[in-house]
Formats: sequence, structure tokens, C-alpha cells
Amino acid sequence: MSVPTELGYTAKHEWVAVEDGIATVGITSFAAESLGDIVFVELPEVGSEVTAGEPSGEVESTKSVSDIYSPVSGEVVEVNESLEDAPETINTAPFEGGWLFRARLAEEPSGLLSAEEYTKLTEGEE
Amino acid sequence: MATPLHDTTPILSGVPMSDPASAPRATALREVHEKAGATLVDFAGWLMPLRYGSETAEHKAVREAAGLFDLSHMGEIRLTGPQAAEALDFALVGHLSQVKVGRARYTMITDAGGGVLDDLIVYRLGEGEYLVVANAANVPVVAAALAERAEGFDVEVADESADHALIAIQGPRAVEILAPLTDADLDGIRYYAGYEHTVAGQPVLLARTGYTGEDGFEIFVRPAAKAPLVWEALMAEGERHGLVPAGLSARDTLRMEAGMPLYGQELTAELTPFDAGLGRVVKFEKEGDFVGRGALEEASRTARPRRLIGLVARGRRPLRKGQDVLRDGETVGTLTSGAPSPTLGRPIAMAYVDGDLDTSTGAFTVDVRGRGEDVDVVELPFYKRQP
Repeated sequence: MSVPTELGYTAKHEWVAVEDGIATVGITSFAAESLGDIVFVELPEVGSEVTAGEPSGEVESTKSVSDIYSPVSGEVVEVNESLEDAPETINTAPFEGGWLFRARLAEEPSGLLSAEEYTKLTEGEE
Repeated sequence: MATPLHDTTPILSGVPMSDPASAPRATALREVHEKAGATLVDFAGWLMPLRYGSETAEHKAVREAAGLFDLSHMGEIRLTGPQAAEALDFALVGHLSQVKVGRARYTMITDAGGGVLDDLIVYRLGEGEYLVVANAANVPVVAAALAERAEGFDVEVADESADHALIAIQGPRAVEILAPLTDADLDGIRYYAGYEHTVAGQPVLLARTGYTGEDGFEIFVRPAAKAPLVWEALMAEGERHGLVPAGLSARDTLRMEAGMPLYGQELTAELTPFDAGLGRVVKFEKEGDFVGRGALEEASRTARPRRLIGLVARGRRPLRKGQDVLRDGETVGTLTSGAPSPTLGRPIAMAYVDGDLDTSTGAFTVDVRGRGEDVDVVELPFYKRQP
């Protein structure tokens, strides 16, 4: 299982990458593998506000529906529209083409886990 | 997102999860599944493969080539004795004494009130020998009911579930894959027929039955410990034909596309076969009394006619069991099953509605967590294989 070292993580299996005050958010490969084939994603609207720790969308697989918890607070500036027709990208490239949305940070993210900490967490769940 | 994530439907709906305090039982194929990278889940008290990789790919392999399933959680109950046929005619709603040796029948067992305790496939192995195949979650109930109802008949009832492994090979390439491994003339085994044969050198009951809407076979292996041998032989032969191991997730979407009922969803103890629109399995014409006869005769006259309809969503948001279906904003039924359909590329669902509901007019929607998703009503099944 891959856990890129340059990203921040949440205990609820989201990842976040911050560049120039913009956070890109997705779910980890561990989450994608646990869910199975992802068939539908509901993303927040561009211009809406997301709050760290609060639900900001949904991911549905063949057998489950899961909330996406935003790891950051801020205004959504872009969503990955390609997921509408190809939600399976989250399974094939969770850290790249499967990103979910980008938000302009209202505040510096806090409480994120390092790759090492996140890996330990998932080893406990396996 | 916690893992396991918030399932709004149980991981495999329809079957009660077993008591978390008791560890699930493993089938004889557990190590084979682990080696193949399966995700194993507790299903009706058994540790079963949910999927090996992509369940969508497994589903498509069964439609286009073939899939191999471990169904060892299913129960096998054997009735042996000169009055086995009479005992089953009394215990079940079907006319089992009429089934020819070597043939199988889809039937049901009900309680005295006509409520469905399980749906079953019954194989007639000899004049005085039958094998009753029950759903995993219902085996204790079915085995106990059969033993009780067989009292007074010259027959022995034995729950042999633990002795059997059950492997299914399903899909258009199943015959080609199985042929070189068996002594059976597969062309001579008709749909719903089953005989003692060998597969990979092992004595088995080889039956042309399944739960996927495809041609295929179910292979009852006894003793169960021989199952890995049969599985590995089929995988080795089948690989070049596109055979893949397939889990319970694919099995559920395959049966749904084929419009087949699942106990716990389309069938429950609260429904008679008539409520479920499956009154044809009740054979009143057979001689003598049978458990549930009085209540079922009543139900056949009074049950509000219902029918199971198919729904196909126009959007991509999956439909799930328990959601309401509405016509022009009025609730007309509840979904019994729902899932994304790999074959149609759209979400599908089944729901019971009143038999006289006119489905040809009106706008149909499904209430998905407060959102009205547009759906079209279609005849079942969603998928029918080309003969």
C-alpha cells in the first residue's frame, strides 16, 4: 500500500496537499481499497465553505456509502469534475487523478498525521 | 472516513451478521482465498470472500467468460429412506415426489402460517434420497424443521453442511473449462439436473444450477477438505479462458441483474410465497396435507396481489435496499434490493408494488436520503443471457 510521504493525512483516511494557500483533498489508497469499486462521488460545490472535521461530500461503492470529512477549513475553489463520469479513478489513482476538491485555506490545517503516523494507524486497522 | 466505513446497507444486505462474540467459521478454501488476496468478511457466521480485486471486474468476467465461487456456507441436508419423497411433500410447499431422479427443483419451506422460512433447491439423488440446499443463515431453522416434520415417516434427516464444500463455476465458458476435468458428458446435464460424477478425480455431485443468470455448474464436494484440489484444478484449466475467482459482492449484483430473489430481502418469514408473487411454487394439487397448506390456501385467495418491479436510475447515484419508490410524489413501494449494475452501467433496484399499480404512466422516483432520483420502471429480469 502506498502512502506518499509529502502529504498530510487524517484518521478518517483523507489526504491533503497544500501549495500556495490552496489545499488539494482526496481519500487514501487504503480507504479506496477498503471500500471496493467506487461508483459515485458527491462533491461540495465550488464557492461553498468546508469545515475541518465536517462532512463535505459522499463516496459510494458497490456496497457502501461513506462521508468525506474535510481535513481543512476554507472555500472550495475547484472540484474534480472528471470523477462524475469516471469515479473509478479514485480506485486506480487515489493520490493523483482521483483527487476530490481544492479549497483556499481559511486557516492553517492542524492535527494532520504524517505519512508515518498514518501508516501505523492503518496497520492497526488491517 | 472510518474503516469499516459508514455502511448505509450492511456489507452484504439480507443476512443478519452473526454474533460478533463468536468467531466466524472458515470454509475449506480459506487459505486459497487468502493466497488470492481476497477481502474476507463475516457473512451469516462464515468467513467468506467478498471480492478478490475489483468486484465489477469479477461480475463482468462471469458475464463474458467465467467466475469461480466458494459457496461452502450454504447448507446441505440429506433425506434418505423409503419415505423421503412423502416426507418432503409434507415438509415443503413443492411436489418433490414428482421430481425425477437426477433432477432438481426450486422450492420453499414455510411455517404453519405460510411465512417463508427459506427458499431451497432440492436435488433428487435416488428413489429414496434427496439433498436439500438451504441458505447459510437459515440452515439451523431448516434442518430442525425438516427433522421435526419427518417424524412418523420412514426417513433419516442428516444435516451434512459441515461435510460439504460447494464450488460454483458460472459463465459462458464454464462448459469448456469443466469438460476436460470431469467424467460427465456435460451436454447431457440439463438445466436443473445433477448427478454423481468426478471433477479433478474427486467424487462430487455435479449440478447445472446457479444464481447468476449464466450457464454454469454447482459442484458439491465431500469431504470438504478435497475442495482446494477441485478449486485449483478449475483455476489452472480456466485461466486461459478468462476464469477468475469471484466473491459474494459480484454474486449479489449478478443475481440482482438476473431478477432472482434473495432470502432476507425479497423473501422473509413475514411474507407468504403469494405475497412475494411466487405462488407458483406452492403445489396444492399434491396429495395429502403439508405444513402451511391451510394458511396458504387462504393466502392464495386473499393475498393482495403484489408484483416485483425493476427500476433503473437515470443518474449515477446508487439505489439501496430500504429506500422508498414514489409515483408522482406518492410512495408506492420500498426497495428490497439495489446496487450499481455493471452490465447496464446504471444503478438498478427491485421493489414490491401493488399488483394493480399502473406503472405505464407517471413519474417514478426513489427517495435517496431525501433526494428524488429519477428512475424508469422495467420488466424483470434486467439481464437475460442469449440462448
